[in-house]
Amino acid sequence: MSVIHDPLSEEATSRIIRAAVAASSPLEIRGGGTRTLSAGGAGHDILSSASLSGIVAYNPAEMTMTAKSGTPLDDVEAALSECRQMLSFEPLDVRALLGTGGIPTIGGVFATNASGPRRFVAGAARDSLLGVRFVNGSGEIVKAGGRVMKNVTGLDLAKLMAGSFGTLAFMTEVTFRLLPVPETALTVVVSDLNDAQAAAAMATAMSMSVEVSGAAHLPESVRGRFLGGRLADGAATVLRLEGLSASVSVRAEKLTAAMASFGPVGTLDPADTAQLWREIRDVHAFADGTARPVWRISVAPTAGHQLVAALRLETGVDAFYDWQGGLVWLRMEADPEAELVRRYIKALGGGHATLLRAAADVMAATQVTQPQGEAIEALNARIKEKFDPAGIFAGNVATGARY
Amino acid sequence: MEQIGFLPPKAAVLARRDEIVGDLLDLLPEGCLVHEPRELVPFETDAFVSYRRVPLAVALPETTAQVAAVMKYCHRYGIPVVPRGAGTSLAGGAIPQEDAVVIGLSKMSRIIDIDYANRTATVQAGVTNLAISDAVSPDGYFYAPDPSSQLACTIGGNIGMNSGGAHCLKYGVTTNNLLGVKMVLVDGTVIELGGKALDAPGLDLLGIVCGSEGQLGIVTEATVRLIAKPEGARPVLFGFDSSEDAGACVADIIGAGIIPVAIEFMDRPAISICEAFAGAGYPDDVEALLIVEVEGSETEMDDMLRAIIEIARRHGVKVVKESQSATQAALIWKGRKSAFGATGRVADYICMDGTVPLSQLPHVLRGTAEIIERHGLRVANVFHAGDGNMHPLILFNANDPEDAARAEQAGNEILKLCVDVGGCLTGEHGVGIEKRDLMRHQYAEVDLNQQMAVRAAFDPQWILNPSKVFPLEGRPAA
Repeated sequence: MSVIHDPLSEEATSRIIRAAVAASSPLEIRGGGTRTLSAGGAGHDILSSASLSGIVAYNPAEMTMTAKSGTPLDDVEAALSECRQMLSFEPLDVRALLGTGGIPTIGGVFATNASGPRRFVAGAARDSLLGVRFVNGSGEIVKAGGRVMKNVTGLDLAKLMAGSFGTLAFMTEVTFRLLPVPETALTVVVSDLNDAQAAAAMATAMSMSVEVSGAAHLPESVRGRFLGGRLADGAATVLRLEGLSASVSVRAEKLTAAMASFGPVGTLDPADTAQLWREIRDVHAFADGTARPVWRISVAPTAGHQLVAALRLETGVDAFYDWQGGLVWLRMEADPEAELVRRYIKALGGGHATLLRAAADVMAATQVTQPQGEAIEALNARIKEKFDPAGIFAGNVATGARY
Repeated sequence: MEQIGFLPPKAAVLARRDEIVGDLLDLLPEGCLVHEPRELVPFETDAFVSYRRVPLAVALPETTAQVAAVMKYCHRYGIPVVPRGAGTSLAGGAIPQEDAVVIGLSKMSRIIDIDYANRTATVQAGVTNLAISDAVSPDGYFYAPDPSSQLACTIGGNIGMNSGGAHCLKYGVTTNNLLGVKMVLVDGTVIELGGKALDAPGLDLLGIVCGSEGQLGIVTEATVRLIAKPEGARPVLFGFDSSEDAGACVADIIGAGIIPVAIEFMDRPAISICEAFAGAGYPDDVEALLIVEVEGSETEMDDMLRAIIEIARRHGVKVVKESQSATQAALIWKGRKSAFGATGRVADYICMDGTVPLSQLPHVLRGTAEIIERHGLRVANVFHAGDGNMHPLILFNANDPEDAARAEQAGNEILKLCVDVGGCLTGEHGVGIEKRDLMRHQYAEVDLNQQMAVRAAFDPQWILNPSKVFPLEGRPAA
């Protein structure tokens, strides 16, 4: 049985890590456990942030917040919404997709660089992370970055911590930047475009001075899974506009006029807009209660639909697109086909694919994260060694995060 | 003025000078190596002109493969390498040392690919910042980071320093607009990080490379994000009776949920200097001036400006000047953008770059004034107020060594004050040599050791820009 360590302080964390090093007993770092497919993972002891919880500092006029890593995301968002502020990168919630439980934490959001639809214009979690405190694999308590928005003092270690999936160090505190919640938001819907037409429409929208803050394409095969089936018939290409009310309506008029040359255009009100983009963010179409393999694929925006078209000729897939087509959510009918998926990504100019969901035995048999070539893997290994010389942080075996 | 130390030159490298020059001549095409002492002089410093070191040689490669060949050679013989973009660093980031080979990227200035459908530009590292925006501007796009030196500075240098600019309040700094790089590691290996896809797998190596001041490798190509130009942009100018009022106005604008593209601050000395130089029509009877710029459609700009002006009135704004035309807008910016050049005509100056939390702006402005007064100096403050990135320009006489030493001392005290209120030593200029010895004021030993360990993962022998960023004492053994 694995032990769950639940330290109350950085000092206690340090003691646990030093003891684990002495005993050569690997630790799996865990936030809210939302990506934990099976309790205990590989049987390693767990180092949990659950008891490191609470907002340390929040100054709305500076648009920054500092919180302990185990603070539930809900608590953070509740405090922010009181001051009409938000995390600009829209962290996704993977629970419905993966069929997991747990409580998303702010530390977990940054450790997984969890970023949603607004990422393609407003940056990812890593772009919002200003500073971190962490305990490294030698048990040292380290701070990196700070709490100001512009900071080039020394190496930007906070960037390395973002998306490191608990393989480098145990984050204890994070400081991040915020943005005001837009006064209003609406969605322009272009109906019945095929994937290639949708890519062209989205590129046109992004070339206009209308500040689109969400650009997704939902093919006919998934359209009914969104908004309870209330989107108009045929595929839906959806473009979100946010900001001051008067400005949003002017921009919507402009965008609608331009999109009319692609297909029938409609709009969604603020309430439907909020629901739709939350569902896109959380991969609602594939939150189907199955273990069919789901890939998260990042490519150049115009390559997304070409990738899916190529794969369709060879195997059974379903897909939809976010980030102007550059983020492909791909569900396989049967096998993950990792080699095939990655071969086409490479042929289309590069990018990467992460297997986010599959049956446990399939995950174990698949290279779930993108291989990066010898030189970069060697750099990754040397960096890991500089944070965690004893290799005590095992990574999350279930998500395949190991460097 | 010579207080900041460099690593002592390696005698073994200096002794082999002629041999090294001969080998490099073999590695590079004709006209790509500078080695005559007289011709090396232009490379002895950057925009931090108080310090000068003539390098051993300057390689000006034309391709990534040539950069790799030079790096591989230098790595083999333990020869220090100092990367150089346009040499505009205000922190001494590009100042060489006697035993170093400078790798300058001025010949790698080609735009490789502009891809509007994916909104990216791929360029060689020696392309200037402004050249990117100039190339895409006719088609309605721009590259967002806009450091004041953008006419001269290169994208490679911008990546090295993670440069910002006046408009990063809305669009972010270099790291937020960089999608990928091709770079040469210290042993000559060429790697590619990122690309046209929005995020890369594995550890965020691109994130650690950006802002690493040429210590992790040499970037030879970059893929950056292009953004569709806004429909319009309009600045408004506010004059206040005190810096405190201006500072409080900035905090309230941000607190009200309005994010202008830029909020620039100037104090009275800066206003007079810029007005005398640019004739921008700045008021001469106010203590502090703000330039707030908004962008978008006419409706959106009207809405935002109305809200912003109302906030300014609550803080007793004395002068409000809305620009009625593109010419007026350009004039308002001309004064601000010429601040450094105009100050250079009045006196020698050093430019500080500390960043502080917005709530601390008035306190730090007062503290800066006290420090300057105590040292018997003068200061002009001109900075990006929206993100707390301060640029006190400390005026002094470079011909008077004591005055120069006092200016450096005052600068150090101001930066320490920035750190003490929760800020940092440098917001966009980088550490270089200038702030290197203050790093221990911002970071504990364990923090610096972690950074140096990561640095060593890329460059175990410490040959890349080795005198920079980290204090010379207490480094890990090579």
